[in-house]
Amino acid sequence: MRKYRIARIISQTFFFLLFLYLVFATQYKFQPDKETVPGILKFFFDMNPLNLLGTSLAGGILYGTLALGFILLITTIFFGRYFCGWVCPLGSVNHFFSSFKSERKEHRARALMQSNVYKPYQSLKYYLLIILIGMAIWGSLQTGVFDPISLLGRSISMVVLPAVTWLLKTVLSLLWGSSNSVIAFAGEILSRISSALFLPAKQPRFDTIFWLALIFLLIIIANRIYTRFWCRAVCPLGAFLGILSRYSIFGLKKNEEACDSCDKCLLRCQGGDNPHKELPHHRTECHLCLNCLTDCPHDALSFGFFENRKKYQPRPEITRRKVMFAGLAGLLAVPTLRSGIDSFKTRPNLIRPPGALKEEDFLARCIRCGQCMKICPTNALHPTLMEAGWEGIFTPYMIPVIGYCEYNCVLCGQACPTGAIQPLTAVKKHGDSENKPVSIGTAFVDKNRCLPWAFDTDCIVCEEWCPTSTKAIKLLEQQVVASDGKTLTLKRPQVDPVLCIGCGACEYACPVEGHKAIRVSAVGESRNPDNEMIMHRPKKEKV
Amino acid sequence: MNRREFIKQTASAAAASVVVGGGVLLLGNRGEAAGKSSAGIYQPKKYQVAAIPDKPVMAVVKDKNWRQATATAIATIGGMGAFIAKGDYVCIKPNIGWDRTPEQGADTHPDIIAELTNLCFKAGAAKVVIIDVPCNSPDRTYNRSGIKAAAESEGAQVLMPDSNQLQDIDFGPESLGEWQALKPILECDKLINVPVVKHHSLSGITAAMKNWLGALDGPRNRLHQNINDNVAELGRLFPATLTIEDATRVLQRNGPTGGRIDDAIVYNTVIASTDPVAADAYSTRFLKRKPADFSYLKTSQEKGLGSVELPANKIAEIGI
Repeated sequence: MRKYRIARIISQTFFFLLFLYLVFATQYKFQPDKETVPGILKFFFDMNPLNLLGTSLAGGILYGTLALGFILLITTIFFGRYFCGWVCPLGSVNHFFSSFKSERKEHRARALMQSNVYKPYQSLKYYLLIILIGMAIWGSLQTGVFDPISLLGRSISMVVLPAVTWLLKTVLSLLWGSSNSVIAFAGEILSRISSALFLPAKQPRFDTIFWLALIFLLIIIANRIYTRFWCRAVCPLGAFLGILSRYSIFGLKKNEEACDSCDKCLLRCQGGDNPHKELPHHRTECHLCLNCLTDCPHDALSFGFFENRKKYQPRPEITRRKVMFAGLAGLLAVPTLRSGIDSFKTRPNLIRPPGALKEEDFLARCIRCGQCMKICPTNALHPTLMEAGWEGIFTPYMIPVIGYCEYNCVLCGQACPTGAIQPLTAVKKHGDSENKPVSIGTAFVDKNRCLPWAFDTDCIVCEEWCPTSTKAIKLLEQQVVASDGKTLTLKRPQVDPVLCIGCGACEYACPVEGHKAIRVSAVGESRNPDNEMIMHRPKKEKV
Repeated sequence: MNRREFIKQTASAAAASVVVGGGVLLLGNRGEAAGKSSAGIYQPKKYQVAAIPDKPVMAVVKDKNWRQATATAIATIGGMGAFIAKGDYVCIKPNIGWDRTPEQGADTHPDIIAELTNLCFKAGAAKVVIIDVPCNSPDRTYNRSGIKAAAESEGAQVLMPDSNQLQDIDFGPESLGEWQALKPILECDKLINVPVVKHHSLSGITAAMKNWLGALDGPRNRLHQNINDNVAELGRLFPATLTIEDATRVLQRNGPTGGRIDDAIVYNTVIASTDPVAADAYSTRFLKRKPADFSYLKTSQEKGLGSVELPANKIAEIGI
């Protein structure tokens, strides 16, 4: 029976490495033609039926290749939650970190077996899923906050990879800078190889990394207390697949004559689904990891088709009353959140990526996967914490002092699996005689901080960097009498709000560090005609 | 293994790693700042070669084939062999500042870089490195400018300005102070400056001297505060072997980024010179300006970097 276990471990390793590779490869450096993002990078998000369910419920659209989710959906109906045990990369991470539990001593083994008996807390995930569905009906898509693929994706791309990059870069530069020539030589060779192969040129940085790291760490630590606690108690994708597997025709069969109640099947049970004799098997909890099969000394367990439904618990242990309560909670959550101060008027710095849908539609689609932030070549996009309100937690927004929106770049929209950021072409982004350019905000000069305005000093770096042609930053040539009495001619920047697209290059490049002397805010963003200050925005680019 | 053994082993492993790690750090001499001060104040390297008698100091060549224009210009001032010795390590510094296509005229044209690489190898160069510190992200600018592909096809090494390629450097308090500079520029035997001539709102023109901003990493945005003096000083700090100016198409407005093709006028002209001041002075005409409009040219001449006005017999104009 060991062969099943080995096959499962190979499958888990394969899918985890594939996931890791795809997340890793979601960066500008590795895009073959540098202008488009291959669809394969979205594979794990596309095949996730929770994204299919969520975006179609909340956004009312079946976007792009999300229909791939039907494959997992339909196969789960027949074969159960094989995804959790064999494919899910976060499941595999949890599985791995659950595997270091001592069972040598009798009492420890007993405690471990006990902890793997089905517990009522495992039904939490179903109620969470129902709350999320309730919110999605209102168009507030929150599945991505808890979805294992999104969660692991953003944890890897925003926490693990940047930290590893920082560590490697620091160690390598220490080695290279060594006064010992042998160490320095080794450091140089290693540095060259790693930057050619995988190290990004610039250290990636992400805001809110602390919270992302903390959540990821807690999920991993929880495995010490309960095997795969996250998968059993929280995961809404697991819950969705569990509900689907209610009528599955494939599952565990117990041969009660052969069983001597040693309970060894419980030792490494991942789902907490009662493979032992005393209690009925919970099919909706079973990950099909096949550990019980391997561990059973009497071959009393097998997996097969069409077990008598009386012999196991076919449906999740949830009560109608609680389901209705959870649904109601979800339905009421959105009005409660939205009747607060949630609006663009209170969120002037919420600069969404170019092509992002209007905020309501955006929140109905964004699954917080972090793909847009990962692919952004200038590191401009960051996950929000409270910048977009509770409903928008971990959605992308631009922090121009860290990175600006590159004029010719349209990668974020292409990397987005759900169309929350619409794919643009460079031409569409720039605008032409038929279309307005896509604007994500407007820059404002702070004359109290700007060098030529406040200190009579030459600068105009903002104008130099302004990527539009004609430039949206104009220079006023003014004769001024400086504080020392000398007459100077100064070029002072002024923004043309019609031409400005809010890319933030000016703010990024401004030499006044800290609170910059030119700053972008979201007003004037194309996606929201209400967030505007210009009476009439002409279609044709002003020349 | 019992608990005591486990603790013992863990402790000894920790001790061992502290010793090894400490050793690496000690041998590694973390005090890079100390290294910097011991290196002293940067002195410009002697990249230049002795003047070639009977040859013009500057060649201005107009040719629709831009590779040919480059080759003719170099041949006119003495041929690449006169500047590059066998086995030389050559560093070519183009302007790859912006994420723009070649025809938009914001970056040096790839044809010129390709031809220069080719000529360097023909003259016996052992290694040709292309590098710049762009304003926009290096990955994008290297690709979109076409320079990476063109130079690599001729066998040059196109290096990203990673921290690996940068070195702390002190130009001294009288000069620009402390910066990071590109290692290949500091290490090479021969240095070729290949700017693109274009409009710039503050300095009026950006050409050879201003191109040296791209040799530095750090708070470059502060150099604008006294741009004319700083640009002249940069010219002193990096006395290139050769200056090749790309005036094949010249951005007339919305510089230095440009962005639309009709911002640029096609002049089909390449300038090769050993005198960067003369080359910059000549180039002012492509922006319909005069050398006298630019105070950095005068300052550069005063520093002895070249002449704003070369005698007529030192300039060869071909196809003009």
